[in-house]
Amino acid sequence: MDILIYGTVNSVTFALIALGFTLVYGVSRIPNFAHGSIYVLVGFLTYTFINDLNINYLLAVFISLIISSIIGLIIYRFILIRLRGLAASEIIASFAVGLIILEGLRLQGIGGFKGFIGPFYMLPTFIEGKISILGVFVNYQRLIIIGIGVVTILGMSIFTHYTKLGLSLRAIAQDEHAAMMLGVNSDRTAMISMAIGSALAGLAAVTILPLGNITPEMGYKVLIYALAICIIGGLGSWWGAVFASFLLGFSMKISTALFGAMWESVVLVGGIIFILLVKPSGLLGKQKEFEERV
Amino acid sequence: MVDETRRKKRLDRSIKVRTEGLYAISSGAEMFYLILPRAALIVGLLALPLFLDMYWQKVLCAAGVYALLSLGFDFLAEYVGLVCLGGAFFIGTGGYISGLLNSYFGWSGLLCIPIATLGGAIFSTLVFIPALRLRGIYFAIISFMFPIFARDIITTLNIFGGTEGISALGTLPNVWTEIYLILLAVIIALFAIRRLVNEDIGLILRGIKDNDQAVKASGISITSYKIKAMFIASLLGSFGGAYLSHKYGWVGISLFAMDFSILPIAASVMGGMGSLAGPVLGAFALTPLSEALRGFGQLRVVIYCFILIGFIVYKPEGLLIYFQRKYHQFELWEKV
Repeated sequence: MDILIYGTVNSVTFALIALGFTLVYGVSRIPNFAHGSIYVLVGFLTYTFINDLNINYLLAVFISLIISSIIGLIIYRFILIRLRGLAASEIIASFAVGLIILEGLRLQGIGGFKGFIGPFYMLPTFIEGKISILGVFVNYQRLIIIGIGVVTILGMSIFTHYTKLGLSLRAIAQDEHAAMMLGVNSDRTAMISMAIGSALAGLAAVTILPLGNITPEMGYKVLIYALAICIIGGLGSWWGAVFASFLLGFSMKISTALFGAMWESVVLVGGIIFILLVKPSGLLGKQKEFEERV
Repeated sequence: MVDETRRKKRLDRSIKVRTEGLYAISSGAEMFYLILPRAALIVGLLALPLFLDMYWQKVLCAAGVYALLSLGFDFLAEYVGLVCLGGAFFIGTGGYISGLLNSYFGWSGLLCIPIATLGGAIFSTLVFIPALRLRGIYFAIISFMFPIFARDIITTLNIFGGTEGISALGTLPNVWTEIYLILLAVIIALFAIRRLVNEDIGLILRGIKDNDQAVKASGISITSYKIKAMFIASLLGSFGGAYLSHKYGWVGISLFAMDFSILPIAASVMGGMGSLAGPVLGAFALTPLSEALRGFGQLRVVIYCFILIGFIVYKPEGLLIYFQRKYHQFELWEKV
């Protein structure tokens, strides 16, 4: 029971982290290596808004989500737009942007900025307290994560299937040239996908971060989890990412329960290498299956 | 504002056409023209330590390690089509193997370095083999993860000294061996790889980069060639790692640090991707810069990244190719 509940929480956490990344990659083929940095940045922005500027919690969350999507827009509009199609340059440039954000958060003593160092930064939870479900104590925050995760997954799938904008995103993902002939602007769509992807990263941050401290180092970890899930599920595959996050979430919880916490990362690597050997395009990766396999 | 009525015209210098187009060199001037850039690099690198004080000599050694890594990165990215973001993994394996041999068996540094170079390269290649089936960003992502996982495994399993590492390793005999070992390694590696990419194997590797399906259709096993290329690149990195471990007399998880993955990329982009000598020069330019910025702490990484983005967006050809153009061609404005 313990494993079931916490495994679900874990899996939904992973899904939230990975959705933004897989959306951007699926639509515009841009591996957004700045994903983890945006996640951390939103955490710190919300923290600053609440504690230093005394803004209401919900308003602070709202503002930092808007800022995160604007950052996504800026990254695409000023840097990545010049590098479309050059896979190596895209990776390097977006990774550099991510490093600038993460290391910039640790800067000290410039303009009176203290730098976010040490385990002192926490976001408040939505609702304090915990509840007993079938004998297992669970924080309300963890239940909220599940709720928000499910709503986000369903909301995004409705958005991509039933709205004009969402359909144009999927059209670009499937066949860029055909979509452009039908009047879908490729650059504008990619920009929107970056904005939504960054906002999803931000949403994940404000939902998940109240469970622990915020540190800039988390950015790398978040990026790695997102990448691992997307690789296992198949890069750019929406349901593949959800499926893979459940697979990883449960297998990591089970291995922790059986062998101990240090096996978490081993399971992660083992899973990735196994998937690469057996099915390089990922479990549900249908797009471009032929091209990436060599 | 660009003047639309004129454009820049570039013409090869006549001496370039004579020396490189025809395979007959007839005058001293032509030989000088060919030899000058190569000799300038070799003599410049070898003479440099004589004019530096202790501190900058150390910086030069570090720059040499980064130069080897950049060379490996450039070779993999531009000649094989594998963008490897995990250069730190090579450094780490080389360094740890050398450090372990030294601390458990007490072998001297000069013996450990060659063994660790070879052993580290074999180990890294074996680890990378599953990932070699991928290409493009898939490979980049996986290679980015390797050093991070290696660090995680060492800290969580608490092997090889855990977070504290292994200290009190044997160092190299004296400072001159230290410097010239790495400088000679850089020069040899540079010219060896330049020679290699012009051989048949280089042709096949470039074919793999441009169109791997076509190479496969010609009956050539691309995976085996990728493995060979990976082995060469990891040789360079492992040598750098083994050398570092004996230079500092210490091995730790900081050998898997992000710096070793990022700075070579910045150096390659700055120096000019695909020119092999460019990344080496880029490393020798960027490392002192980052040393000079050491006082700023984290600002260092931020500045690298700004340089990196600036070059990749506004000057993707890089410095060396720019200078090459100036050397080989003259430019004039002509009316349109």
